[in-house]
Amino acid sequence: MSFPWAKHYEPKQPLMRWMDEKLPLPRLVYNAIGAGYPVPRNLNYFWNFGVLAGLALVVQIVTGIVLAMHYAANAGVAFGSVESIMRDVNAGWFLRYAHANGASMFLAVVYIHIGRGLYYGSYKAPREMVWLLGVVIFLLMMATAFMGYVLPWGQMSFWGAQVITGFFSAIPLVGETVRVWLLGGFAPDNAALNRFFSLHYLLPFVIAGVIILHIWALHIPGSNNPTGVDVKGEQDTVPFHPYYTAKDGVGVAAFFLIFAALIFFSPNLLGHPDNYIEANPLSTPAHIVPEWYFLPFYAILKSFTADFLLPAKLWGVLAMFGSILLLFFLPWLDSSPVRSANYRPTYRWFLLVLLLDVIVLGYVGGAEATARNVMLGQIASAYYFAHFLIILPIVSASERPRPLPNSITEAVLAKHGGTSPAKTAMAG
Amino acid sequence: MARLISLVIGAGFVFVLALALFFTAKDAIQNPAAETAEHEFHEHPRDAHLSSAGLVGKFDRAQLQRGLKVFQEVCAACHSLKYVSFRDFEHLGYSEGQVKALAQAWPIEQPTVNEETGEAATRKNVPSDRVPSPYPNEVAARAANNNALPPDLSLMTKARHDGGNYVYSLLTGYRAQPAALLAKFPDAKTPPGLHYNPYFPNLNLAMPAPLTSDGQVTFDDGTKSTVDQMAKDVAAFLTWTAEPNLESRHAAGVAAIIFLVIFVFLTWGAYQNVWRNVKH
Repeated sequence: MSFPWAKHYEPKQPLMRWMDEKLPLPRLVYNAIGAGYPVPRNLNYFWNFGVLAGLALVVQIVTGIVLAMHYAANAGVAFGSVESIMRDVNAGWFLRYAHANGASMFLAVVYIHIGRGLYYGSYKAPREMVWLLGVVIFLLMMATAFMGYVLPWGQMSFWGAQVITGFFSAIPLVGETVRVWLLGGFAPDNAALNRFFSLHYLLPFVIAGVIILHIWALHIPGSNNPTGVDVKGEQDTVPFHPYYTAKDGVGVAAFFLIFAALIFFSPNLLGHPDNYIEANPLSTPAHIVPEWYFLPFYAILKSFTADFLLPAKLWGVLAMFGSILLLFFLPWLDSSPVRSANYRPTYRWFLLVLLLDVIVLGYVGGAEATARNVMLGQIASAYYFAHFLIILPIVSASERPRPLPNSITEAVLAKHGGTSPAKTAMAG
Repeated sequence: MARLISLVIGAGFVFVLALALFFTAKDAIQNPAAETAEHEFHEHPRDAHLSSAGLVGKFDRAQLQRGLKVFQEVCAACHSLKYVSFRDFEHLGYSEGQVKALAQAWPIEQPTVNEETGEAATRKNVPSDRVPSPYPNEVAARAANNNALPPDLSLMTKARHDGGNYVYSLLTGYRAQPAALLAKFPDAKTPPGLHYNPYFPNLNLAMPAPLTSDGQVTFDDGTKSTVDQMAKDVAAFLTWTAEPNLESRHAAGVAAIIFLVIFVFLTWGAYQNVWRNVKH
C-alpha cells in the first residue's frame, strides 16, 4: 500500500508514542488522510467531491440522530410529530430543513463524484474495486433516501412508497406476495413506516462501513488524476496533508455556502408541496413524482410502455434497476487502456451526450406524461442503454486516443509553459 | 464474450424502447390528446406582494393581526388550524393577556369531556390549546358541507405551489364561468354545488366564495376591509401559520451567508498559501 516515498508517522510526543504502541489509530489517520498519503499533484476541484460526500453523510447522521429523538414512527402521529419538530423543537426547523436538503446535497455531490469517475476513467484497472464499492454505496444511498422520504408521512411519502414497493409486484408469480411481505400489509401503513424508519436509521451506518472499504481500496493504487497517467515518482505527488486538506477546505466552504443558501432561503425548493398534506390512502395526487435525484430512473421506468415477451411493467422495472446495475460492469465494458477522457476524442463527445441525456431523462421523469414527453423519454432511455452497452464497448475498441503525457509532472509543466523540473521539485 | 453479451442486452433494451416509441407515436397520431378546460383556463396565481416573500422577507405584524381576524370571523367557521396553538399568536404581536382573551372569545370551543358525567362537552379555549375544528370528526364535516371536507389550513400555503399567492388569488378569483369556456367545452359546465374558480386546479371547487363584500370584517387598525385587502391579509396570516419561523430563518440565513463567504475566502487564501511553491 502506498508509494515507497510516503512519509512515515513518527510521533514525537511521549503520549502519542505510547498511543501508537497500544493502538496505532493516529498512524492510520496519518496514512489515510494525512501527510502519509502521497496524492497526484495535479488534481482539480472535481476531486473534492469524495470528501464532500463523506461530509454530507456526517451532516445527515448528526441531524438525523437528533431528528429521531423527536420523530414518532407511527402512521397516526408521524406527520404531526414532524410538524411539532418544525414548530416546537428548538431549532427543529433548522434540523429538518438541513436533513431534507442535506439529502439533496449528498446526492448532488455523489452524482458529480460519479461523473468525475466516468470522465477520468477512475473505474478502470487498478481501481475496479473502488468503483464497485462506490456503486454499492450509491445503491444503499438510494434505498436510504427513499425510505427517509417516506418518514414524514405526507402524500408524496405515501404514494411514493406505494409506487416503489409496487415494483416488486412486477416479479412474475411471487411478486404480489413479496410486496405484501416487504410492506407488512397490502398497502404502506404503520408496519411499513416502522420498518422503513428502522432501516433508514441502520443503512447510513452500513454506508459508512462501505465508505471505509471504498477508501481502503482507493489507497492501494492511490488516487487517479486528470491525466489518467500513473504516478511515476515522488515528483508526481504531494502529501495529502497539507496540500489536499487545504484544497478540500475550499470545497467544504463552498459546499456549506450552497447548503446554507438552500436551508435558509429556499428550504422547500427541492421538495413537493403535496408532502405538506398528510398521507391519505383514499386520495391519489394528480402527479406522483419522486425526489429530483430519482427522476432520471423514474423516466426510464415510465418509458417502457409496450409489452414484448414480458409485460411492459416488468421491462420498466428491469430496465430501471438495470440502468444502475450495469455500472457494475463498466470496468469491463470499457476496454480502452486510456483513462482520462481528455485523451479520448470520440468518447468524450459521447460522454457529453450522456450528460445531456440524463438531464433530459430528469426532465421527463418530472413532467406530465404527454405523448411528446413519453417519446422524449423513450429516445433518451434508449441512448442511456446504448451508451453503456453498445457505444462504449465499440468506441473503446476502435478509438485512437491522443498522445498521453509521459508523466503527471510533464503534463503540469507543459501547462505552465515548461519550467525546469528542478525548480518545481517538492519542498517537503 | 463479455462484449457480445453487452451488445445483445443493449440491443434488446433499445429494441423494446423502439417498439414502445413506435406504439406511443402511433397512438398519439391516431388519438391526439384532447384539449381540456383545466388545461386551457387554469390560471397561475397573481402576485399578492406579501412582505414575507423574497429572500429576506419579514412579516407585517399589523397585516398578520388583520389576517387572524379574517380567519377568526370567516375561515374558522369551517376550517381548523390544528398545528397552531393560541399561544403562538404572541408572535403576531399580542401580549400574553391579549392571547388569553382571544382564546377565551374564540368562536369555536375546545372539545373535552364533562368531568362529572364523562359525556362529550366543550369548554372555552386556553392559550395552550390548538385552534380547534368546528366539526367533531370528518363525517360531521362532510355532512355539513355537501360531502366536501374543509381542509386544515395550518400548512395550506406550503401545500400548494406558490401558496401565499395561491390563497390570495383563489379567494379573489370566484367569477361566472367564461362564455368562451362553455362554448368550447360544453361538458365542462360547473356542476351544481360547485363554484367556478380559475385558480383551482380543476376549476370547480366546493367552497363558495368566503369573502363576498367589502366591510365583511371590521379591522381594528382602521384599514379599509375590501375583499382584496381581506384576501391579502388572510394569505399573509396563513403564510405565517405554515412557516412561523420564517423571520428567524431569514435572519440566521443572512448571518450564515456572510460568515460562509468570509470562510470561502479564508480557505481559498490558505489553499493559495499552502500551494504557493508547487505547480499543479
